Amino acid sequence: MSDSKFQNDVPLDIARWGMPSRLDVTIKKDTDDLFEDSKMLVNIGPTHPAMHGAFRCMAKLNGEVIEKSYCEFGYTHRAKEKLGENRTYHQFVVYTDRLNYCSALINNVTYAMSVERMMGIEVPERTIWIRMICAEISRVIDHLICVGINAVDLGAFSYFTYGYQQRERAYTLIEKLCGARLTTSYTRIGGLMSDAPEGWEKEVKDWVKETRAVLAEMDKLLTENRIWLNRTKDVAVFNKEQCLQYGFTGPNARAAGINIDLRRDQPCMFYDKVDFEVPVAQVGDVFDRYYVRLEEIKQSLNIITQCADRMKPGPIWSEDKRTRIPDKDVVYNTMEGLIHHFKFFMNGFNVPKGEAYTAFEAANGELGFYIVSKGGPMAHRMRIRSPSFWHYQGLDPMIKGEYIGDLVAALGSINVIAGELDR
Amino acid sequence: MAKDGELDFFTTRFEDVINFARKNSLFPLPFGTSCCGIELMSTLASGYDMARFGAEVVRFSPRQSDLLIVAGIVNLKMAPVLRNIYDQMADPKWVISMGACASSGGIFNVYSVTQGIDTVIPVDVYVPGCPPAPEGLLNALLRLEDRISKGDTHSLRRERALKHAHSGDAK
Amino acid sequence: MDIRKPVATIYGYFQDKFSPTWNEQILKLRESYGEAIELVVMPMESNIDMPTLTVKKEKIHEFLSDLKNNYQYSFLTDFTATDEKDDEEFEKTNHRFQLVFHLFNTETKARIRVKVKLSENESIATFIDLWIGANWAEREIFDMFGIQFEGHPDLRRILMDMRWEGHPLRKDYPLRGYQIFLTPEPLDPELLK
Repeated sequence: MSDSKFQNDVPLDIARWGMPSRLDVTIKKDTDDLFEDSKMLVNIGPTHPAMHGAFRCMAKLNGEVIEKSYCEFGYTHRAKEKLGENRTYHQFVVYTDRLNYCSALINNVTYAMSVERMMGIEVPERTIWIRMICAEISRVIDHLICVGINAVDLGAFSYFTYGYQQRERAYTLIEKLCGARLTTSYTRIGGLMSDAPEGWEKEVKDWVKETRAVLAEMDKLLTENRIWLNRTKDVAVFNKEQCLQYGFTGPNARAAGINIDLRRDQPCMFYDKVDFEVPVAQVGDVFDRYYVRLEEIKQSLNIITQCADRMKPGPIWSEDKRTRIPDKDVVYNTMEGLIHHFKFFMNGFNVPKGEAYTAFEAANGELGFYIVSKGGPMAHRMRIRSPSFWHYQGLDPMIKGEYIGDLVAALGSINVIAGELDR
Repeated sequence: MAKDGELDFFTTRFEDVINFARKNSLFPLPFGTSCCGIELMSTLASGYDMARFGAEVVRFSPRQSDLLIVAGIVNLKMAPVLRNIYDQMADPKWVISMGACASSGGIFNVYSVTQGIDTVIPVDVYVPGCPPAPEGLLNALLRLEDRISKGDTHSLRRERALKHAHSGDAK
Repeated sequence: MDIRKPVATIYGYFQDKFSPTWNEQILKLRESYGEAIELVVMPMESNIDMPTLTVKKEKIHEFLSDLKNNYQYSFLTDFTATDEKDDEEFEKTNHRFQLVFHLFNTETKARIRVKVKLSENESIATFIDLWIGANWAEREIFDMFGIQFEGHPDLRRILMDMRWEGHPLRKDYPLRGYQIFLTPEPLDPELLK
């Protein structure tokens, strides 16, 4: 794919490059012309195994090469933005799990952060360390499943089981924190659901050690595999300029050489106190996206160890009384406590009038919550900036001119998650 | 054949033998759309291994499968697609509705979500949970196998009813 | 007790770091655009996190391309809309919708927010010439709020079924306004021609 197709200040009709143009798709019935006749329309999805869930892709093929395509989605639309306007801030924690369900904890952490930021609440140190560990664990398991599924789609099934085993171990850790495997709802505004159990740090460190070993094995198994290289090198290239235009963030953008990581550039929590590196590749093909993710897992594991070392016992709830869930002891034994409990869960708490956009580097890219508050217990507008929405838009130009078989590789490598895409 | 070499036999109905074969060779079609799809994947992966219960070969084509596992949200845009897929499956066919979203809409009582897939297709076993743990799905599978061997599922009942109606005509 | 209270750096608190540059840039912008900038809200004055500029609809394209090319706010982080039907100002000005742009400077990592006010049934020219990525965001805004974008190559529904009536994220659309279709969404007939 040459760069000349893509310029900053193109006139509007050229800017449509890669976008579905309805008028161009015609099938000529000319029996003498082999090439014209070999054009066909293929509909993939919405329940095709290659489309990971619920996407649909219409492709116009010339032989095996994709000439034009357009992608459809919305098959898992659950109206979370509308629900954000009809639920209290406390109730909405549950819905954030279902955004990117491969890494639910990151969504919890980001949401809690964005509401706390609007209210000016400061959470204690232990909570922040636990939240950082949570975020990094879910980043690891998200990347594991992404590279695993990408490999399954291209025929390497055993690779997937290596990663999935570690994922199951991580589920055990998460279960110890909050009792759920996948949809965690672990954070609360101004604190956490419960404290980490005793000895949890040690188990986390053991898990990190195991994962490092497994990761080395995975690396050995696939990264230099000849078939894997043939299927992924220089396939579905998305260069730096395109990434900027299409709003790519996260590992997909870093694979194309955009050196932005919000953890480092806009540090929140204690990310400025831990050491880690940001892996950046140059080409932006499927292999780079795969390899950046593998490297990121290693960095995340480093961060987890550092956090687990620095965790100290202490309180997990902020001093702020507005958002604090009343203690059960008080609720059961005093009248005022019971009233407070009832009011808290029925009416919620008010967030001061204002608006804020809080972004955090989630596993797929920049996850942002744009909350507009008019002072009530429910948001006026709860916009979720999900990375997958912008990544999926780039799929059309990415697969243009590639083989239909590589569509699967491209889709797997940008890791589009349906829950986050449709919201 | 018995241990001492003598011929041994028991009598049963032909239907029971067929159902015995059916229940131990289910071909699931994973209709995974969201979070429950990940747990469905866990159930199929090495940790829980659904193959132990005879539902090993996952088929992505409705023509080749007889157990539809609906894992995850089915919204109003997807509901007709689900109906199409169900209609394409060959009889007898069974449906497991996995998770709160598929069973009742769950926490999403909003404009875009079907309030339970039983408004669209008949369901044999519901699995509660958001998402259910893999043990829950395995339990549902065993429950379904039990009901297949008794002939107590939607499609088997429909089959019997059709047969009755047919024999009634012949008289 | 709100965002103005500097809460350590645990939430990516970047107001301090960028406020000199923001002040400088906004002074410059006010000079060159004058009346076209209706309202400027700075982070320390109100409970918001980054400078919010409300620009008149006529000048918005020029303004955004200026921000993009001369001020290095070249990355479109987010593009969305809000419905202000319940607001007091709606009665006076009849501006029902606001388009909200979040721009990101990839060099200095600063952010800025730009708003445009639109009344009901008012359309606006598309922004695809500035960012190709705005394509789907505009389709989503059209789907959810019913705002028309002139010159958009392919303005049709994106999340909802194409036969859907109404725009779900408007304040007057009921939370449980189901619409049931018995057949799958048909393919675009023009595409199959």
